[in-house]
Amino acid sequence: MGQSLSIHNLEAWYGSNKILKGINMEIRPNQVTAIIGPSGCGKSTFVRCINRMHETLPRTRVRGEISLDGRSIYDLNPVALRKTVGMVFQKANPFPSMSIYDNVVAGLRLNGMKNKQELKASAEKSLRMAALWDEVKDRLNYSGMSLSGGQQQRLCIARALAVEPSVLLMDEPASALDPIATTHIEELIRSLKEIYTIIIVTHNMQQAARIADSTAFFLSGELVEHGPTSEIFTNPHDKRTEDYITGRFG
Amino acid sequence: MRQSLNDGQLILNNLLKDMGQEVERILQGCIKTLKSLDRTQAEYWIAQDQVVNNLERQVDDECVRLIATQQPVAKDLRKIISAMKISTDLERMGDLAIGIAKVVRRIEGPLCKPLIDIPLMAEKALAMMRQGLEAYRTEDMELAQNLALQDDAVDHLYNQIVRDLLVIMSQKPEILDQGMYLTFAGRYLERFADHATNIGENVIYITTAERKDLNK
Amino acid sequence: MNDRLRRYRNEMMMGIFTVATLLALIPLFGVLGYVVTNGLSALNLEFFMNLPKGMGTPGGGMANSIVGTLIMVLIASLIGIPVGILTAIYLTEYDSASWFSMGVRFATDVLTGIPSIIVGIVIYSSVVLKMGHFSALAGGLSLSIIMIPLMIRSTEEMLKLVPHSIREAGYALGISKGTTIIKIVLPTAAKGIMTGAMLAVARVSGETAPLLFTALGNQYWARSLNEPIAALPVQIYQYATSPYKAWQQQAWAGSLVLISLVVLLNLIARCAFRSRSN
Repeated sequence: MGQSLSIHNLEAWYGSNKILKGINMEIRPNQVTAIIGPSGCGKSTFVRCINRMHETLPRTRVRGEISLDGRSIYDLNPVALRKTVGMVFQKANPFPSMSIYDNVVAGLRLNGMKNKQELKASAEKSLRMAALWDEVKDRLNYSGMSLSGGQQQRLCIARALAVEPSVLLMDEPASALDPIATTHIEELIRSLKEIYTIIIVTHNMQQAARIADSTAFFLSGELVEHGPTSEIFTNPHDKRTEDYITGRFG
Repeated sequence: MRQSLNDGQLILNNLLKDMGQEVERILQGCIKTLKSLDRTQAEYWIAQDQVVNNLERQVDDECVRLIATQQPVAKDLRKIISAMKISTDLERMGDLAIGIAKVVRRIEGPLCKPLIDIPLMAEKALAMMRQGLEAYRTEDMELAQNLALQDDAVDHLYNQIVRDLLVIMSQKPEILDQGMYLTFAGRYLERFADHATNIGENVIYITTAERKDLNK
Repeated sequence: MNDRLRRYRNEMMMGIFTVATLLALIPLFGVLGYVVTNGLSALNLEFFMNLPKGMGTPGGGMANSIVGTLIMVLIASLIGIPVGILTAIYLTEYDSASWFSMGVRFATDVLTGIPSIIVGIVIYSSVVLKMGHFSALAGGLSLSIIMIPLMIRSTEEMLKLVPHSIREAGYALGISKGTTIIKIVLPTAAKGIMTGAMLAVARVSGETAPLLFTALGNQYWARSLNEPIAALPVQIYQYATSPYKAWQQQAWAGSLVLISLVVLLNLIARCAFRSRSN
C-alpha cells in the first residue's frame, strides 16, 4: 500500500547554491502527484531528497523534515529508506552486465535474498506489473540492453517494483521515449497508483495533466501552487502557474 | 490505451444520455399538461429546467477538464467539442419543452378542439432526439442523415397545425388568444426538431470532420 | 578556377598524410620483419624444450627463460592487478577529489614515466641486497611496480566510463555502496579492466632492465622462487651481446617468441574483451 508523505520546510543546497527554499507539501497516498516547473526549479532535487539520493552527491546539504506515514525519514538509514522509496530515472539505466532477469531481481538478490523460487516469483510479478512480462518472458536471459528504450524503462520500473517499495519516485521517466512508449509508461503509472504512492517529475505539463491526480508547480526552488490537477490546469490560483502552463512564461 | 481519455468520453456519453432522458420526460410531461391545462402541473415542469441546466453544466465541466488535461486531437477532439454543442442543443430543447408548459399558464380553457397533431408532433420530435443521440452513441452516419427526412415531416406537420388553427381562429375570434398560444407550442416543437437535427449534424462532423446542413 | 585550386590543395594534403602514415609503418614492419626473418630460422621445438647449451655451442633452447618470464609475470600480475584495481576503486568511488587522491594520481603518473631501470635499482638495494641473493620474487616484485600505475590508470578510466546513473540505480534499490561497486560497477567495467590488465601484462613481459638487477638470469631451471631465475628479455640481452654466432641466432629466436607473446596478449586484449562490449 502506498504511504503518505509530509514535507516541512525542506531546504537543499548544492555547494553554495540553495536549490530548495523551504518546501511544504503534503502528498496523499495512492495518488499520482506530478511536479512540474521550468529547468532548474528544483523539482528533481526535491524528489531526490525524498529517498536521500541528493545527499550522495558531494558538497550537498539538506535541512528540513520529511516524514513517511508520520515517521521521519531521517530516522532510517538511507539504504533501508530506499527500499521503501523506490526511484526510476530519466534515462533508462538497466545494469549493462546483467540479463533481464538479473536486472529485475538485482535489488532483492544483492540485499541477500537467495531463495530461487521466491526470486523467480518476484521477477514475474514485477515484470507483469510493469506490463513487460509478455514481451520478455521468452528471453529473460538476454541482456537488459537488448531491449528497446521504452522496454528498458519498463524494465527499470519492474526492477524498482521488485523491492516492494510503497512510494515510487519517477524523475522524468518518459522524457527520452517516443510517444507510443510514453503512452505505455503513462498507462502503467495510472495502474500502479492502486498500490503505490507515485511522485513524478516531468518537463511535460501535458503529461502531468494526463496522468496526475494532483500537480505541484515549482519555481526557483519554491512551491508556487499544489492542487488537484484539473484545477491547476483549468483554474490556477497563482498568476505564475497560469503563465507557465499556458506557455507564457518569462 | 489512453484510459483517462476513454473514461472521460464514457462520462460524457452517459451525461448526454441522461440529458436526453430528462428532456424526454419533461416534454412528455409538458404535452400532458397542455392537454389537461393543469397549472400546478405546469409550474412543476417549468421548475424542472434546473435539472437539464445542471446536466449541461456537468457536460461543459467534463469537456473543459478533458481538453485541459488530456490534449485530445482529431476525432477525440471533435467528439468532445460536439458533446459541448449537443449539450447546448439539449438544453435548448429542454427550454422549448418548458415553453409549452409556460403556454399553459396563459391559456384560458377549455380547449377549442381536442389536441391531436401537437402530441403527434411531440412524439415525432422526441423520436428524432432519440435517434440523434443513438446516432451519436454509435457514430452511425446513416441514422444521422435520416434525421433530415424526419425534420421535413415535422415541418410539414407544423404547417398543417398553423393552417388548421388559422381556420378555427378566423371562424371563432373569441379563441384568438388560445389559437395563438397553441401556434407557439407548435412552433416550439418545430424548433425542438431542428435542434434534434443539429445533433445529427454533429455526428456527421465527428465521423467525417465535415459540416453538413441537415436543416435545409 | 578557385575550385580547382581547392581540389589541388586537398590532394596535396592527402598526399602528405599518406606519406607520413607510411613512414610510421616502416619501423613497425621493419622491426617485425627483421625479427621474423632472423628468428624463424633458429626456431624449432628444441628451442622450447631444452636448456641453454654451453658457451658458443650450437643447439639448446630457452625453455627455462620462457617459463621464468611466465612465472615472474604471474607474480607481478598477482600483486599488480589487485593492488591496481583496488587503488583505482578507492580513487574513483570513494575519494575522487581530495588532496590525498590528487597526490596519489600525480604519483601514479610520475611512476608511469619513471625509467624501468630505476625500479630495478630500487628493488635491488631494498630487496635483493637485504635478502642477500637475486630471486624470482624480487623480479616479479619489480615488474609489479611497473604494472601498478598502469593498472590504476587504466582501471580508473574504465570505472569512470561506467555512467553515474548505474551507481544511482543501485543505491535507489537500497543496495549499499560497497555492494553496488562490487556487484554492479565492477562487472560493468570488467571487460575494460581485463583489457587494461592484458596490456599491462604485455608491457611488463618485455621488460629487461629491472630484471637485470633482480632476477639476474639463470642458465638452469630455478628450483624455487627464492633463487635467480632466467627470463626471456635478459637471456636475449646476454646472447645478443655475446660473440658467438649460435647464441646470436638464439637471441633472434627469443626475440621472435617474446614479440609473439606481446602481440598475442595484445590481440587477446583487443578481440576477446572488446568485441562483446557495446
